[in-house]
Amino acid sequence: MENKYKPVPILSSEITPKSLYYNRRDFLKAAGILTGSALLAACAPSVSGPAVPTPSHMTAYAGKTDELGAPLNSYNDITNYNNYYEFSTAKDAVAPLSANFKSHPWSVAVGGMVNKPQTFAIEDLLKMFPQEDRIYRLRCVEAWSMVIPWQGFPLASLLKAVEPTSSAKYVAFTTLNDPKQLPAEGNGFYPWPYTEGLRLDEAMNDLALLVTGLYGDPLPPQDGAPIRLVVPWKYGFKGIKAIVKIDLVDTEPPTFWKTIASDEYGFYANVNPDVPHPRWSQASERRIGELTRRATLPFNGYGDKVASLYQGMDLKANY
Amino acid sequence: MSIIDRIKKIPYTPLQIAMHLYAWSALVALIFNLFTNHLTANPIQAMEQRTGRHALTLLVLALACTPLNMLFGWRELLKRRRALGLYALMYATIHVIIFVNLDYGLAWSLIIQTVLQRSYIVFGSIVFFLLIPLGITSFDIWKVRLGKNWKRLHQVVYFAAPIAVLHYTLSKKGDIFHLTGDIGRPLVYGLVVLLLLILRLPFIRRFLSSFRSRVAGSFIRRNSQPKLDTQKT
Repeated sequence: MENKYKPVPILSSEITPKSLYYNRRDFLKAAGILTGSALLAACAPSVSGPAVPTPSHMTAYAGKTDELGAPLNSYNDITNYNNYYEFSTAKDAVAPLSANFKSHPWSVAVGGMVNKPQTFAIEDLLKMFPQEDRIYRLRCVEAWSMVIPWQGFPLASLLKAVEPTSSAKYVAFTTLNDPKQLPAEGNGFYPWPYTEGLRLDEAMNDLALLVTGLYGDPLPPQDGAPIRLVVPWKYGFKGIKAIVKIDLVDTEPPTFWKTIASDEYGFYANVNPDVPHPRWSQASERRIGELTRRATLPFNGYGDKVASLYQGMDLKANY
Repeated sequence: MSIIDRIKKIPYTPLQIAMHLYAWSALVALIFNLFTNHLTANPIQAMEQRTGRHALTLLVLALACTPLNMLFGWRELLKRRRALGLYALMYATIHVIIFVNLDYGLAWSLIIQTVLQRSYIVFGSIVFFLLIPLGITSFDIWKVRLGKNWKRLHQVVYFAAPIAVLHYTLSKKGDIFHLTGDIGRPLVYGLVVLLLLILRLPFIRRFLSSFRSRVAGSFIRRNSQPKLDTQKT
């Protein structure tokens, strides 16, 4: 007799993908948070954003926190709330605009005052330098922050490989200059391409990271693919994206935001709650996903590792 | 009854409908986006920015009524000024409530520190406190009670609007005086407000009204000429 109760095969397409399933929970949670916020914003508890990302490796990051115990921001937040003026000044417009960004083939020319100038293909950089997991806080000069699990390698490793000469004092970085790929580079109000810089001793600090990955996946275009800088004790704008050129120089190089408004954005740009930006306070910040504001920490909480770099310097003058 | 007759019976003019539709649909859209999670990962900031922009836009529209009537003789605009101004105040109030309540959780010491640290929020606060008395005295009874002073009081908007643009400009990362950075939109608002204020200068006003009557005069002469001819023949 034929078995009437044959198991019905479930097509894989019928199963809700894990990411969507989690996103739905994110949404319900967020809706709940915000409804609550409308009713009792002042006394609502600090609810942290969900940390369930979409990439395949997300389970490896479940429950992880930074060294201060703060949970990670979700992959969704990190990849949909981006300051990347080469695409748009609207943070939620960057992800869709960058969807077709070509980050391969890619090479980074490292030169200037070095003994071994070299142009590295991105694949070679990934092979030469072991990728490390680093969970860093990112504090934007606009007074919001995130906790992000990056993958990358110390900038110091790359610099050692090209052997800076004794006259090299600073490191200068340059973003890809290609208005076809980065449409807003056609906007004449800005000194394109984006440039950034570090003092050599800052660049050699172990915290300074060249980032190639996020949540265990290759770095997505909206976050600076294929390679960007992350300097967690400085404001986010120091973290130059889509790097094509790194030069060692003997004088302080021009940097993008300092060129636009030097009285507002300094070369050092160390996170400092005691030095307000001329037009807004830096005393507190909003951690993305939280309802109450947090006090901003000096050096973004990395003072024990970097404060010694600035001994004897007036941090109010060298903002 | 035909559809056209029905439309004619609607007690609102198209301008009125468009105005109320804009003012309320923007708020509905904001609430809808909030609950469908479409306000970026930082919804509180997005709400602040949007309500601020609507307040400024409505203030500029209120400021545009008089010059547009002057230029094109569109008298109905003068009747809409009050509602546009009140809507601007409504959005400014929502904007301020979001700032002190949702953003800063009513932590007044932190708010005062934030406002006072040479911040663009000082300018926003000035605009808000300038607009409040204008809103309160916008009703007819106050117009009667204040007499000549009513007009003087309401000319405060000529200060409030440029300060509102300054507040908006300074909230963006850029330098308006060197035309660098994120200044595109503030620049547009600034130029529009500047134009609307220039059009109010007495000598510009006189020139425009004489120009308009000349244009209107020649238009009437040209149209009436053939009629006279046909009558003659």
